[in-house]
Amino acid sequence: MIKAILIFNNHGKPQLSKFYQPYSEDTQQQIIRETFHLVSKRDENVCNFLEGGLLIGGSDNKLIYRHYATLYFVFCVDSSESELGILDLIQVFVETLDKCFENVCELDLIFHVDKVHNILAEMVMGGMVLETNMNEIVTQIDAQNKLEKSEAGLAGAPARAVSAVKNMNLPEIPRNINIGDISIKVPNLPSFK
Amino acid sequence: MALKMVKGSIDRMFDKNLQDLVRGIRNHKEDEAKYISQCIDEIKQELKQDNIAVKANAVCKLTYLQMLGYDISWAAFNIIEVMSASKFTFKRIGYLAASQSFHEGTDVIMLTTNQIRKDLSSPSQYDTGVALTGLSCFVTPDLARDLANDIMTLMSHTKPYIRKKAVLIMYKVFLKYPESLRPAFPRLKEKLEDPDPGGRTGMLMRTPRSPGVQSAAVNVICELARRNPKNYLSLAPLFFKLMTSSTNNWVLIKIIKLFGALTPLEPRLGKKLIEPLTNLIHSTSAMSLLYECVNTVIAVLISLSSGMPNHSASIQLCVQKLRILIEDSDQNLKYLGLLAMSKILKTHPKSVQSHKDLILQCLDDKDESIRLRALDLLYGMVSKKNLMEIVKKLMTHVDKAEGTTYRDELLTKIIDICSQSNYQYITNFEWYISILVELTRLEGTRHGHLIAAQMLDVAIRVKAIRKFAVSQMSALLDSAHLLASSTQRNGICEVLYAAAWICGEFSEHLQEPHHTLEAMLRPRVTTLPGHIQAVYVQNVVKLYASILQQKEQAGEAEGAQAVTQLMVDRLPQFVQSADLEVQERASCILQLVKHIQKLQAKDVPVAEEVSALFAGELNPVAPKAQKKVPVPEGLDLDAWINEPLSDSESEDERPRAVFHEEEQRRPKHRPSEADEEELARRREARKQEQANNPFYIKSSPSPQKRYQDTPGVEHIPVVQIDLSVPLKVPGLPMSDQYVKLEEERRHRQKLEKDKRRKKRKEKEKKGKRRHSSLPTESDEDIAPAQQVDIVTEEMPENALPSDEDDKDPNDPYRALDIDLDKPLADSEKLPIQKHRNTETSKSPEKDVPMVEKKSKKPKKKEKKHKEKERDKEKRKEKEKKAEDLDFWLSTTPPPAPAPAPVPSTDECEDAKTEAQGEEDDAEGQDQDKKSPKPKKKKHRKEKEERTKGKKKSKKQPPGSEEAAGEPVQNGAPEEEQLPPESSYSLLAENSYVKMTCDIRGSLQEDSQVTVAIVLENRSSSILKGMELSVLDSLNARMARPQGSSVHDGVPVPFQLPPGVSNEAQYVFTIQSIVMAQKLKGTLSFIAKNDEGATHEKLDFRLHFSCSSYLITTPCYSDAFAKLLESGDLSMSSVKVDGIRMSFQNLLAKICFHHHFSVVERVDSCASMYSRSIQGHHVCLLVKKGENSVSVDGKCSDSTLLSNLLEEMKATLAKC
Repeated sequence: MIKAILIFNNHGKPQLSKFYQPYSEDTQQQIIRETFHLVSKRDENVCNFLEGGLLIGGSDNKLIYRHYATLYFVFCVDSSESELGILDLIQVFVETLDKCFENVCELDLIFHVDKVHNILAEMVMGGMVLETNMNEIVTQIDAQNKLEKSEAGLAGAPARAVSAVKNMNLPEIPRNINIGDISIKVPNLPSFK
Repeated sequence: MALKMVKGSIDRMFDKNLQDLVRGIRNHKEDEAKYISQCIDEIKQELKQDNIAVKANAVCKLTYLQMLGYDISWAAFNIIEVMSASKFTFKRIGYLAASQSFHEGTDVIMLTTNQIRKDLSSPSQYDTGVALTGLSCFVTPDLARDLANDIMTLMSHTKPYIRKKAVLIMYKVFLKYPESLRPAFPRLKEKLEDPDPGGRTGMLMRTPRSPGVQSAAVNVICELARRNPKNYLSLAPLFFKLMTSSTNNWVLIKIIKLFGALTPLEPRLGKKLIEPLTNLIHSTSAMSLLYECVNTVIAVLISLSSGMPNHSASIQLCVQKLRILIEDSDQNLKYLGLLAMSKILKTHPKSVQSHKDLILQCLDDKDESIRLRALDLLYGMVSKKNLMEIVKKLMTHVDKAEGTTYRDELLTKIIDICSQSNYQYITNFEWYISILVELTRLEGTRHGHLIAAQMLDVAIRVKAIRKFAVSQMSALLDSAHLLASSTQRNGICEVLYAAAWICGEFSEHLQEPHHTLEAMLRPRVTTLPGHIQAVYVQNVVKLYASILQQKEQAGEAEGAQAVTQLMVDRLPQFVQSADLEVQERASCILQLVKHIQKLQAKDVPVAEEVSALFAGELNPVAPKAQKKVPVPEGLDLDAWINEPLSDSESEDERPRAVFHEEEQRRPKHRPSEADEEELARRREARKQEQANNPFYIKSSPSPQKRYQDTPGVEHIPVVQIDLSVPLKVPGLPMSDQYVKLEEERRHRQKLEKDKRRKKRKEKEKKGKRRHSSLPTESDEDIAPAQQVDIVTEEMPENALPSDEDDKDPNDPYRALDIDLDKPLADSEKLPIQKHRNTETSKSPEKDVPMVEKKSKKPKKKEKKHKEKERDKEKRKEKEKKAEDLDFWLSTTPPPAPAPAPVPSTDECEDAKTEAQGEEDDAEGQDQDKKSPKPKKKKHRKEKEERTKGKKKSKKQPPGSEEAAGEPVQNGAPEEEQLPPESSYSLLAENSYVKMTCDIRGSLQEDSQVTVAIVLENRSSSILKGMELSVLDSLNARMARPQGSSVHDGVPVPFQLPPGVSNEAQYVFTIQSIVMAQKLKGTLSFIAKNDEGATHEKLDFRLHFSCSSYLITTPCYSDAFAKLLESGDLSMSSVKVDGIRMSFQNLLAKICFHHHFSVVERVDSCASMYSRSIQGHHVCLLVKKGENSVSVDGKCSDSTLLSNLLEEMKATLAKC
């Protein structure tokens, strides 16, 4: 079982948190902080496994993470999951994000956390791995997006226009902030397929 | 300024969306909290509006804020509102918010049941999907109970997308509602062999299929089996088959992990597994799979370790592969290699020990995780031979280590390694004590208490070492560095606690007691933590007593008085201590010493009496000793000492009052007054309770444990300590010297032994006898330096050997410990969505039969009899199952059935594996025999029916056909309970395409039916631009996209490459459902191949039978009876002759083809119920005679009923 999936940046700011066990908001924040603390002090070229923090229960659990440019992707799993399998799943996740957002960068995740959730929901459900085939995931996401667009129809047009105007007027245009793209090239990944 | 105003007005004009919120938060870095509270206020306003889009937007923002740590439980109701939006866009937002913030304590969650049920049966797969995803996060026991049946139905949904989600969520349902496990399990098992998404072709081809559903099922079963493996042992053959046939690494990994959990329970399984696993290890290129294979092989080897000695090759293979992993430059592989290695270590330490070099090398790795793993390994690698060497290495690491965490870890590891299994590997305790003393030089460690505990333990339990220990401890007390660190809690100063106690307790071994006494009375001692000072004070007296005795024996009265004076001078500093314990002890002792002083002044010998204070020896007591004290004969701990006050007052109420009463009622004659009978009754009840209580230590007569009488101290030969070792140099690393000494000693020992051996050999030579013993140096040859005798811990007499592992009664997985092989009982059904006019409260219990009351009694008897028989059969079945597993597990291959056409998918080429592969196939066959492939048969049947071409939507439920062939003896209720997997019937076909369809009504949308059409491309061309045009009738209309006219075709939303099939769903609105009707339609498409494209057409006729308007709706018998009594139903009946099919199968057929459910079945008579999409109730009474079946029907619409009965007649006529 996967107990939690966290994405946070180099400063520990959460970009996505998904807990498959109920925790109060405070505990969730504490877990995020603790996990960030554990993960962030590790060097780049050490292993990607970490014996679990204290908060997400027990010795059975492990943190498995990957660090892409500015973002940490952390999965907290128990012993029923294969460590290398989860590493591969993170890779699939990031590649899927990259496909769905077209060259994903941290800003995509910052501004579209809902979409990231939707993508994740096609991969992991209730803490169990649902789908690992990227094409299948992307197909489902595309179909849902299409459905969403067809629902918005004409009514959606003004809203889109407004949001476009807002983006133009406001001083901060996302792409101006220079945050490195997430590199999805990962060497040393043992082939899984 | 103006710009700002403009911007502000725009902001007010348009609601903030999620992006705006995020942007805003980023722009208000300084006053984020304030900004967010503003936003929350806005959100609250938005939630008050009626517009669902606005609400959804607000909820979307809340979800984001939840991630930032804001509590959004106050908006739970709004979230539910958004969940129930009709548009998918909003629904998804709602479910996401719910999945992030709902939990079992959310009270409004119970309002969601019906909404979720509606979404689950929505025609849009994404509505269903999103509901399942959401539910998986917040399912509660109530939701699980109410929705279990709906989800189970979804497990057979036509879309694999839904199926896989439904399968996965079942695990959550099981967890919350364990009763659902048994009824749902057969279907879950079915899903292990889920067919291809598009259609039934995949079943025949045995090609890799879309693994989603299968992988989900494997996932769920593995998760279940991990917690309660023994219940899933019977699935082993099935999984074995999957393992040898699957090519999906995810599935393989899960299965292999599952086998890892199963093998400890069934060693024979392990034997079977070794070979295929070894093959996988050799053949796979995926490291993850390789690693899991190695892991499971290790588990197998562990389970076999007692039985089969002949697996050294496998161990060797594992260790080799792991070595490759550990040597890899990838840190992840290194880590995992070490992890797996530590598992081998437990059973086959020898094979790991040969890689000591590698592991010691890992201790130098820059990665802390890897160093820690390597440390774990060291734990098991030590032997008497190498302990000193390894610890020496670790000590150098301790010196080098940066960061206290790792250093602390090293420290605990050193102690663990040395103390494991009762100091098994320590040959020289002097060495160990000096290691401990060296460890005290660590600064900033948090494990002072650990070292202290070790010192105490060793000094108490190893009598021979006491003298040495005391000398070391006194040195510790003397040195100043420990005092300096006294500020830190649990710091290294804790060792002073041990040192003071050892010096005091074993003061007879002290060489300079006076010196130590002074050290313990130094003013700086008062800076130590209170509990240590207390020990100081107490042990100072012990020391004092022994000095006194020495002095008096030597006749030095003055010396004795000087010591007393010293005590009187120094003790007051402890009397002033802030710590109560210290103060109390000190003032007590001060008075005592002052008294002694007075006596001494009168020249009275006091030493004898003072030492009497501490006479006797303290023996170590086993930690569980207290628990194991047996209850003496005749003592009944549960008997009332006094009667409770009254029945109404429970014993745990107002304990004070009870106490009070107790004192008053103490008079001793009470027990005799107790009513003998009452006592006996209570005793019986208590016994019952005890029998059920796993924690109760039963007082069964147990063999008394006799512990060896420990030989007295005199018997221990105390080895002369080599005085070349400087005894009193604390703070100097002297353990090294022990290493050298030890080597020398061993060398000497060896020489001596050799000498002895030579002598013996000579003797033997003389006796002309040959002896083949070679001088090998094994662990056993190394005799410990001291004949140390570890004092056994004391246990109470008659201690009970009760080591029941205390299982946590709150473990949620315990509830899932359910026997799955037992056939389902009739009562085990999932609670099903209740009908509106049923009385829910009484339905489940009350069993109102639909037959007249007169005939009730005899029938019940029959029923009972039948049940008995059925029980017998069930038992037989179970036995059979167990036999099957045994048979499968027996290593001799089963007598091979007729050569199987099933190709082995095992890719291994070498001859050896092929042989194995054949065996596998044979087993596969065996497996198939047990569960005949229903799908194949079904397929054939389908064809047959097509040629008949009589009726549409006719097909056999998978179970019934086989059952019809053989004598029907299994009253297995599963058949009735589980709706068959598919009910597609042929619509039309030509050389290009084959169309099959299924018509389903939906309760949610009145008067609508969903037609699912499966299109299968049979040609070698790609089919594009498919359009479906249906000629609407007055009564039935196709739902078309907005704006398209009646004559336009509706596009099929996909293309079909050759050999592929896919499903499209269309909704039809029906006005009157009382009559069957047919719609003409045409499918037009472009077939494109290499030669070009052609336009093609295929005409078809959609047949809406009356049965297709019915929806299987369960009904309880009491509600059913009411319905019949109500009198507003019209009646009609049919009779069909010449029926040979069993009643059971007959009912199954009616259920399947006509969407009825059985309300009650008595003998050869059954009542059935169904409901139309427009809410007509249809009740049937089906009776079976010798060769005929009569069906009486009652329905709120007579036309509908007569049409239905006609259709039914046609179905039955075919039986």
